[in-house]
This record gives sequence, structure tokens and C-alpha cells, in this order.
Amino acid sequence: MELLNQVTQFVISGLATGSIYALIGLSFAIIFNSTGIINFAQGEFVMLGGVLTIFSLNVLHLPLLAAIVVAVAVTTIIGLVFERLAIRPLKNATPLMLIIITIGASILIRGLVMLLWGKDTQALPAFSGTDPISIAGATLLPQHLWIFGVTVLVIIGCRLFFNHTISGKAMRACSFNRRAANLVGISVGRMVLFSFVISAAVGALAGVIIAPLTMTAYDVGVMLGLKGFCAAIMGGMGSGLGTVLGGLILGTLESLGAGLISSGYKDAIAFFILLLILFIRPQGLFKKGETERV
Amino acid sequence: MKKLVSTAFASFALFCLSTAALAAPPIKIGALFAVTGPASFLGEPERNTAQMVVDEINKAGGVKGRKLELITYDTGGDATKAVQLANKLVKNDKVVAIIGPSTTGDSMAIIPIVEKAQVPLISCAAGSKITEPVKKWVFKTAQNDGLAVAKIYEQLKKEKKTKVAILTVSDGFGASGREQLKAQAAHYGIQILSDDTYGPKDTDMTAQLAKIRGSQAQALICWGTNPGPAVIARNAKQLGLTIPVYMSHGVSSKKFIELAGDAAEGIKLPSGKVLVADLLPKTDKQKPSLLAFIKDYQNHFRAEGDHFGGHAWDAVMLLKGAIEKGGDTPAGIRNALENTRNFPGIGGVFSYSAKDHAGLTKDAFTLVEVRKKDWVLVK
Repeated sequence: MELLNQVTQFVISGLATGSIYALIGLSFAIIFNSTGIINFAQGEFVMLGGVLTIFSLNVLHLPLLAAIVVAVAVTTIIGLVFERLAIRPLKNATPLMLIIITIGASILIRGLVMLLWGKDTQALPAFSGTDPISIAGATLLPQHLWIFGVTVLVIIGCRLFFNHTISGKAMRACSFNRRAANLVGISVGRMVLFSFVISAAVGALAGVIIAPLTMTAYDVGVMLGLKGFCAAIMGGMGSGLGTVLGGLILGTLESLGAGLISSGYKDAIAFFILLLILFIRPQGLFKKGETERV
Repeated sequence: MKKLVSTAFASFALFCLSTAALAAPPIKIGALFAVTGPASFLGEPERNTAQMVVDEINKAGGVKGRKLELITYDTGGDATKAVQLANKLVKNDKVVAIIGPSTTGDSMAIIPIVEKAQVPLISCAAGSKITEPVKKWVFKTAQNDGLAVAKIYEQLKKEKKTKVAILTVSDGFGASGREQLKAQAAHYGIQILSDDTYGPKDTDMTAQLAKIRGSQAQALICWGTNPGPAVIARNAKQLGLTIPVYMSHGVSSKKFIELAGDAAEGIKLPSGKVLVADLLPKTDKQKPSLLAFIKDYQNHFRAEGDHFGGHAWDAVMLLKGAIEKGGDTPAGIRNALENTRNFPGIGGVFSYSAKDHAGLTKDAFTLVEVRKKDWVLVK
């Protein structure tokens, strides 16, 4: 019975952590889907969300909701500026070059945040208290429910956007074939810009809702970014359910591994899964193998 | 050209003036601190404090009528750089003693140099291997990890708790703590039922804590520096963990209470006495030194003096005492240091001997508990 209780706790904790990974994974997938770029500055958008909220709360003395809006808005603008200054000017750049640029940007953002706000870890107050909620012998914090809720909303939002709006469809068209999209009159440049804006906003939002749980500092983006990337890879870089499932599975396996095998291997488990999937199913766990028509 | 001449003249005049004011040349002391880099949270207060104390000694007339001159270099927490700078201090600056470096790695790296040059070193780092085994020219001021472990185990013994779970961070600080926790357990009749670790960047430790909740442990000891222990405190509250939680001296700052929030309530930890100076009984030998240091630091830097600055304070003051007794030669200073007894400093009451160059007992730590977002002494 005790073991059963423990396992329930491992699974529930894992799902909670997993939905954080899922949300970050989604923001990776959004950019990848319309540009083919993997944006390694994604973790930094997550970090900015948390750090800017704390700054708006403590220094500008805004109420929580306004602070969150400011943080997400500012991060979105940073995403926009980043695309305009670093990605757009490069004509005919290979994806590899673009990826290296995003790595550079991530180091730059991290450095600037460290200079501006120092190296100290900071915590955001929980949105609705810290009294634990008990579910089937395991416990959760109210903040976890916020994370689950926001993740579900973001997935639904993405689904609606990509499948039912002109812009969303245009963005998908760009990801399938840029030239063809261009030929039918889609402004590819604008779609790329859109994708950076949306994914910066989603990343920042993720950063805001997890900051009360995990706390934040200038360097939290690296690990969160890697785990989110891992989730996106598991989901085959799709912007939908696959990535979310990938995140949840990753979180659960990590938690079970730490609890049942050894806590020393927690990160190793994530990277082992990442490598395994890249070797065996590079198209992701949930995608049918696609045939590329040339 | 005119400017050059006037500068030269001015500096010459200044030179004459200063030599006129000081009959004897100043005593040169070297200092190596990690002012920049990842260990800057150690090095910066140490550098500030060392300079502050030296200035004050000089203002009060110096040591036996001679001024002290502190030559400070920044190691950046890099052992290679520390070695180069230590060589520079010994060969070019011809210092009579060196204080610092801030980290255990830097300290270990320069030990061969000071041993060879026969210049006393007072390290401000915590690793117990710096002075174990005893090296002729090496002393230290920061408290050993083992003393903090002893303080916790002593309290557990008092509370008749013999079964514990330990949760340590997987970095140098945690590894050293884990080693000490395991090594001293038998001595206090304590059994370690569960031995887990967590990564320094981990954001969720519920898995480890759920496992500990399922064990028979009567207390949890967590070893780490911020922010990990704050996450553990919050997770423990989330899981409704009822056993008492002990933390290490690695989180003995207000920052921990700020990060952990309500979850910090009731957590006990060994801490250097700076944190609770005003709560100490009047009979405490360290109290006057502590209060003086805190007031000084506040006046100079508009910030609270911390343990790390305290390590540098102790190093400079121990050196001052040694110069007064042993003269201004490296050998004289070394011998006088080794004979220092009952010196009430910031880190504790130091008594060096030929067998002990760390000089402190577990009384250097005091056990504190978090209550209503502040510290109280555990009786």
C-alpha cells in the first residue's frame, strides 16, 4: 500500500513537471513548424517570463496580473526584435547557421539578465496559495493546477490557430514548402515573424506560471530549454498533442526514475531517452513515418 | 611634457611626504580572493572586509607603529590564475603572509607554492582537506563542514532520534557534506536509512521526498546551497512530511527564508554566529567582535556583513595578532599563529596548535530555527 501511494505520488509529480516540459516543448515546435529552425534561445524566453514578472512586481510594484501581462508583452517584443535583427537579415542561411545564431542569442540574453538583475535566485508568490491538495493519496500544489490549466488552454489555442485560421494555415504551409507557399502569395517572412512572436509569448507564459514553483534566476533557461526540446523531439516536433504527450512521458519517467531507481540519474534519464529516440524514431514517437515527396 | 614634469614632481613630493610620515616601510600582506566569477559571492565580501579591517588598523596607528599594506589580486575562482598570482605575491611583492583564497580548489592549488616559499597562508575556504593533514605553513578560518554535521547530530542525539534520511546536492559542497554525514553517523549512534541526491538545478524533489516519507526515518538532513533547499522545503510541505527537517549552513542567510516562504517554518540549521549576533547571550566570547564587524560593514558598504566577510576579518585579525607577537618575518608570523589560543573571531573562537591548523570546535556553529520568518536560537 505504501509503495502504491509512493508510485501515485511519483506519477502525479511527474505529470506536473511534465506539463511544464510540454509547454516549453510546444513553443519549440511552433517555430520549428513554420521555419524549420530549432530556437535554442527558447529557454531564455521562459526565463525572461519569470524574471520580468518578478521585476514588475517588486520594482515597478504592479499587481500580479498586470506584472504577468507586462512580462509576457516585453518577452514577445524581445522575440520580435530578435527575429527582425538576427534571423530576417540573413538571406539563404542554412538551418544550421540559424541554430547557431539562436545559441548566440541565448548566451547574450542570459548575460544581459545577469548584469541587470544579478545572479540571485528569486521566487514569485504562488497565484492561489500554497495549501497542498490531496488527490488519490498523493499531493499537489494549487500552482500545479494552474500549470495543467494553462497547458490545456495553450494546446487548444494552438490547435484552433493552426487548423482554423488563415494565418495558422499559412504558417503550416510555410513549414511544408516555403517556395510553394511564397508562390501562392503567402508572405513567408511575415509568417516566420509570427512564429517567433507566438513562441516567445508561449515561452514567457510558461516561465511565469512555473516561477512560483521552481523559482527563477538568469540561468534557469538552459535546463528547462533542454527538457522542453527533449519533449518536442519525442513528439516529433509537431505543435500538438504529440509534444504534450512527450513532455508528460518525460516528466513521469524522470520522477519514477528518481524515486525508484536513483535520484542521481534524473537528468541522465532525459538525455538517454532523447538519444534513444533520435536513433530509433527520429520522426517522433507518435508520428507515422512521412514520405517526402520531391 | 609640462604635464609629465608636474606629475613626476607631484608624485615625488607625495613619496617624500609618505616616507616622512612613515618611519618604517609598511608590512606587505598578500590577499587572493575570487572577486569575479562563480564564487564572487564569497570573494567580494571577503575583499571588502579585508580592506576595511586593514584601513582601520592603519588609522589606529598600525601594528607596533608600522602600517599594513594589503596587496589584493582577483583569482576569478580559477586555480591556474590563483597559482600565478600566488607566485607573484611571493616573488615580486615579497609579502610576509597571504590571506585567502576564497575557494577550496584555489587554496589547494597554491599550497605547494606557500609551502615551498615558506610564507604563511590563512585560507578563507571551507574544505577540511586544506588543513588535514596539517601543513606547516597553512592555516584556515572558515569552519569545516564536519563541525556543522557534528552540531546537527548532537541535536538529534539530544532529541533521541537515531534514524535519518539524507538528501544532498550533487556538487562539491553536497559531496563533502555527504561524506561527513556518513563518516560521523556511527560515532553518534545514528543510522542513515536513505541516502539520496538531487541536481543543483533540479526544480522538483517530490520523488526523493516521497521515498523518504515512505521510510522509517525520524529526521531529514538536507545539504545544499540555494535554491535547491528552498525547493525541498516547499516540496516537503506539499507532501505533508511530518518529520523534522535539518538543513546545512549552506543556506544560513535570509535569502533562504525569502525563497522558501512559509515552508521554511520550523527548519533547523547550524549557522555561523554572524546571523544571530544580537540574539547571543552576553557571556558569548564572540559577541563583541561580531557586533563590531556587523556595524562596521553596515557603515562601509550599506549591506549586512555575512559569514564570508567574517572569514576575511578573522584572517586579518589573526595575522595582526601574530605580527604583534612574532614580528614581521614569515617564520615569526607562522610560529605566533600556531601559538594563538582563544582568539574570539567572527567564525568562532580560534585555538591553533601544532596538530590543528583549523582551530575551531563545533561551538563555532550555533543551531538556529526558522520561526515567523526569522531566526531563533535552538536551546
